Amino acid sequence: MERIDIHPTHKHGDFKLRVGRPMPFGASLVPGGVNFSVFSSYATSCTLVLFKRHAKEPIAEIPFPDEFRIGNVFTMTVFEIDYENIEYGYRMDGPFNPQEGHYFDKNKILLDPYAKIIGGRDVWGVTPDWNDIYQHRSRISFDDFDWENDRPLEIPPEDQVIYEMHVRSFTRHPSSGVKHPGTFAAIREKISYFKELGVNAIELMPIYEFDEFEHSRPSPITGELLVNYWGYSTVGFFAPKAGYAATGKLGMQVDEVKALVKELHKNGLEVILDVVFNHTAEGDQRGPTISFRGLDNKTYYMLTPEGYYFNFSGCGNTLNCNNPIVRNIVLDCLRYWASEYHIDGFRFDLAAILGRDAWGYPLSNPPLLETLAFDPILAKCKLIAEAWDAGGLYQVGSFPAYGRWAEWNGKYRDNIRKFLKGDGTVGDAAQCLQGSPNLYAHQGRGPATSINFITAHDGFTLADMVSYNDKHNEANGENNNDGCNDNDSWNCGAEGWTDDSGINALRSRQMRNAIAMLMVSQGVPMILMGDEVGRSQNGNNNTYCHDNELNWLDWDLLKTNASLFRFVKNSIAFRNAHPVLRNKYHFQNRDYVGSGYADITWHGTQAWNADWSPSCRTIAFMLCGQHAKAGSVEDNYIYVAINMHWEAQWFEIPGLPEQLRWHISTNTGCASPEDIWEPGTEPKLENQHGILLGDRSIVILVGK
Amino acid sequence: MAFTATLESSGHAAKITLTGELDASSAQIFKEEIEKAAVTKPKHLVLMLQELDYMASAGLRVLIFAKQKMGVDVDIYVVGAQEMILETLEKTGFIQGVIAVDDYDSIEVENV
Repeated sequence: MERIDIHPTHKHGDFKLRVGRPMPFGASLVPGGVNFSVFSSYATSCTLVLFKRHAKEPIAEIPFPDEFRIGNVFTMTVFEIDYENIEYGYRMDGPFNPQEGHYFDKNKILLDPYAKIIGGRDVWGVTPDWNDIYQHRSRISFDDFDWENDRPLEIPPEDQVIYEMHVRSFTRHPSSGVKHPGTFAAIREKISYFKELGVNAIELMPIYEFDEFEHSRPSPITGELLVNYWGYSTVGFFAPKAGYAATGKLGMQVDEVKALVKELHKNGLEVILDVVFNHTAEGDQRGPTISFRGLDNKTYYMLTPEGYYFNFSGCGNTLNCNNPIVRNIVLDCLRYWASEYHIDGFRFDLAAILGRDAWGYPLSNPPLLETLAFDPILAKCKLIAEAWDAGGLYQVGSFPAYGRWAEWNGKYRDNIRKFLKGDGTVGDAAQCLQGSPNLYAHQGRGPATSINFITAHDGFTLADMVSYNDKHNEANGENNNDGCNDNDSWNCGAEGWTDDSGINALRSRQMRNAIAMLMVSQGVPMILMGDEVGRSQNGNNNTYCHDNELNWLDWDLLKTNASLFRFVKNSIAFRNAHPVLRNKYHFQNRDYVGSGYADITWHGTQAWNADWSPSCRTIAFMLCGQHAKAGSVEDNYIYVAINMHWEAQWFEIPGLPEQLRWHISTNTGCASPEDIWEPGTEPKLENQHGILLGDRSIVILVGK
Repeated sequence: MAFTATLESSGHAAKITLTGELDASSAQIFKEEIEKAAVTKPKHLVLMLQELDYMASAGLRVLIFAKQKMGVDVDIYVVGAQEMILETLEKTGFIQGVIAVDDYDSIEVENV
C-alpha cells in the first residue's frame, strides 16, 4: 500500500509536488523525492528554481503554492527528481526598501543557506562566467559515507598540540610531491608528517565554501591576480570548499573531506575547523546578493536604524548572531559538521561578535555562546574563541565561557614576544608559562582555556618575527596600510634577509627560544604551519590575498632547515613525554602530595630566589613530577631556565631528591644537534649545582 | 553508452561486469545486482570495470551499500578500473575499502 505522505497532491508541469516538511531547513532526501524548506520573515512569495548541473538556464521554476507556506517557512516536496544532477536556488519576492532593511529582488536566484554542496566554483582558480545568472549553486548531498567505526577522538584539551594550517598552502608548492596539490586528498598523503612532528590536532583555516574571486584584482606591483586566498568570507556554512577538493569538479568534495577526517582520526589526529560566523561574503550594500541578503536581510544582518550594515567584522557586514533564527543556523551548522563530518572542534573567527546584540552591544549572557556551550551534540567538541573583533571588543580573559570555551590567548602571544626580545617583564612571562592563571583561574577555568600561540596566520611567521621590525605588505597593493602594526618583533640587527652569520645565529636561537617556551607552557600550544621549518612570508604579516609562494609551504625547507625541524619535533616530543607540562588544573604553589616540593617553584640566577623586578630578564622554574596531573600520575622533575639577557648568565640549579640527577634536554645556546635531545636520551649534567646559559638562551633539564 | 550490469557466480565469487556510465539514473540497476549477488553469500565480490566509462557519486554510494550488505568479511575486488574511476576512488578514500587490481586471477579469487 502506498504511503499517503509520499503521495503527490499538486503538479507543476511534469513535476509532482506535495506540501513539504518545514524541518529540517534546506534540501533533504525523502521517500520518492526531495524536500525543500526555506525561511523568510518578510518575503511575500517564493519560487524554487531548478537547473541541470552547470546549465546556464533553469529547467523549471516552481512557485510555492500559498498553502505550502507554514509560518515563515516555504516548504515543498518535489517527487521523482534527478537529485544527483540538479542544482537549485530560490527567487524571493518582497519589498525592496534598504532603509527598512529589505533587499528582496525576484530577479535574483538565491543560494540555499543550508546547501550541503555548492557548485559554481568547482575547481580552484578557474575564472567564473560572470554572465552566469546563478553564480553559487545549491546542490543536494547524501549522508551515507562509510565511517566504519570512526568517531571523534575526544583527546583531553590539555594534551593537545595544535597545528594551524591552510588546506591549499600545505601542499600547493611543487616541492610537496603529492598527486593532487592543494587539496584535501593531498593532506591525506602527508599524515605521516604530522605524526613525525608530533602534533595531534590540525586546525584548518576556513574550508566552508568561499569565493576566491571575491575582490580579486591584479597586483599593482607584479600584475599577478590577488585573490581571497585565506577564505575568511563565507558563501555557505554547510558546504566544504569545492576548490579545495581534487574531486570538486565531480561534486564529491563531501566524500573527500570525510575520507580525510576518517584517516586523520585513524592516525590519532583531531580536526578543528576555523569557522567564520561574524560576517558573510555578501559584504555591505555594494556587495553581491548571494543568499541571506535576498532571503531575509533584516533578520540575518545587524542594521543601523537607517538600514546600513553595522561592520564589527571589518568586512562590510555583521551577522546578527543573537537573533534566534541566526542562532539556529549557527547551531544547525555546527551540529551538522560535528555529527556528519566527525569534526572534533571549532575555532570561531572574531568570536566576540557572537556575543553582541542586534545593535552591537556586548551581551552579559549571550544566548548563542550559552547555547553552543551546553549543546548536547557539541558536548565533546572543542570550542575555541578568537575573543576579540574588529569593532574593538577585546575579551581575552573575559569571554563568556560557561565552563566550555577556550580562547586564543592574544595576551600570551604579546607577552611572550615581548619577553623574547627583552622588552617584557618576568611577571607577565611567568603567568603565560603557567597557563595564564591571572586571566582564568579566578573564574575556575583551567589552563587548557588558554590556547597558547606566538604566531598564527594573522601576523608574522616565526622566521619573520625574528627577521623584521616592520611589516612589509606592499605586495598586497594597499600601500602597506593593511595588517597589524604592533608585532612585538625584532629583526636581531638587520631588516630582512642577511648573510651576517651572527645575526642568523641569533635568529635561529630566538626561534628555538620561542618554541621551547611554547612547549613548556601550561595550556594548549598551537604552532603555525611551516614555523617548524622556518617558513617566511618575506615580512608580509597579512598574506590573505596571495595564492603564491608567500603562502605555500616549501617542503625543501625540511632539508635546508633540518636542524630547526628536529628541534621543534623533539620539543613537542618532550611535551608529549611529560604530563607535568599538561596539567588540567592550575598550579597551587604548594606541596599537596607530600613530595617535599611545591608543584611549581620559581627561581632566578640564584636557586629559590626569583628576581621579579621590571628590569630582570632571567627567570627559572621547577615542576615537581609527583604533582603531574594533580598527582594522579608520576613524572620527572622539570627545570626550565630562561635567559633573555644579552649576556650569558650563571644559573644555580635547585637540588633534587637524593636519588635523582639532572639531565639536559634542551640548551638553545648550543649548536645543533646538542641544542636538544630526544626524550630518554638526555645526558647527565656534569655540574649538578649550576649551568651557564648563553646570551638569549633557554635550558631545560629533566630530573630523573 | 547505456549502462549494463551483469551478474555471474563462479566458485566463491560473485562477479558483476559493469559497462557504460554509472550515475544516479543507473545506480539502481547496479544495486539490484548487488542484492542478487548477496543472496548467494559469496566470499568475494568481483566488479569488472574495464568497460565502465564514468562513475558519479551515486556509484560510490552503491559500493558502500555493497560493502555493508555483504559484510566486512567479503572482499570487494575492483578489476581493471579506468584511470578516472580509479582516481575518484583514491581521492575520496574509497580505494581503502576495496582491492583494486589490474587483472583478475580467477583461480586465486574464485576458489579461495
